[in-house]
Amino acid sequence: MQRIDCLRAIYPRLDDSLVVTIMGAVAAELQSLGHRPNFFYLQHAMGLASSTGLGLALCLPNRTVVVLDGDGSLLMNLGGLTTMGRYRPGNLVHVVFDNESLLSVGGFPTATATGTDLEGVARAAGSPRASTVRTVAEFTAAFDGALQAAELTCIVAKVDALGPQRYVTGLALMENRFQFQRYIEGLK
Amino acid sequence: MAEEDPAMILVRLAKEEEGVGISAGAYFAGVKSAMLMQNHGFLASINGIVSFAQLYRIPLLMLISYRGHFGERDPWQTQGGAATEPILRSLGIPYGFLDDPAKVEKRIAEAQCWAYASLHPAALLLTRELMWEEPAP
Repeated sequence: MQRIDCLRAIYPRLDDSLVVTIMGAVAAELQSLGHRPNFFYLQHAMGLASSTGLGLALCLPNRTVVVLDGDGSLLMNLGGLTTMGRYRPGNLVHVVFDNESLLSVGGFPTATATGTDLEGVARAAGSPRASTVRTVAEFTAAFDGALQAAELTCIVAKVDALGPQRYVTGLALMENRFQFQRYIEGLK
Repeated sequence: MAEEDPAMILVRLAKEEEGVGISAGAYFAGVKSAMLMQNHGFLASINGIVSFAQLYRIPLLMLISYRGHFGERDPWQTQGGAATEPILRSLGIPYGFLDDPAKVEKRIAEAQCWAYASLHPAALLLTRELMWEEPAP
């Protein structure tokens, strides 16, 4: 399964959500499908995309927040899963693209390559709905289920360690940041 | 106190750096926030502070209890205490001190005002005088 195919499958569902991605392939591939003002790409600070999504979800309980995370980033902030599990915002969908590597910095294998089970970690940390998916159809069904469930959901999507040629895009970090903030202001 | 105040959302963290992301999310959502932590938690959060709050100009307000400076008896606090102010200075993060209960509210309001005006992190160090009533060593 390729990450870009998963993103393409759920892209039409991201219209009304606040979307926070990690750096690297996830940010570049989502932008390649078409940037929207409700997408924020955290281009560094590995691990904090999930915390940013949690902050948004707790402060805006009537909006769906989608975090597009990765195994490398999540492994840098495993404690954050316990904070998510503690507060369990029902409007937060936490997608973890698990390619078992730190692709954007050279492809070094992460601990999921040697057996660490992020679905199990999320579940044990208190996530009420955690699953692992291996096909685009399973992924799409799990994502749609999460949008309807109104319960904190973690979807670990096992994907190939493939990414785009380049990670730098034409969207400046500051432009993205202010556009995202203005988009949220416009919701009120 | 924060838990009992209906106007506040208290988020208890596993590790302090999470607070940088949660604070940024709150800021984007239009909610003012403060990270309350010990100075060793600040030291543990530096990548998030640099690569999120400073990189993306987030007005992160940090309230940092200042362990390990003069008057500290616990040996394990002393190195972090000595490093705290030099690191704040090297990051270019302005900081002040909370040392008088009568001035806490005003100083926090002023630091928050500056953070929002500059779109930059700001810190207040909660000193021994404010935090720990101990007889002089």
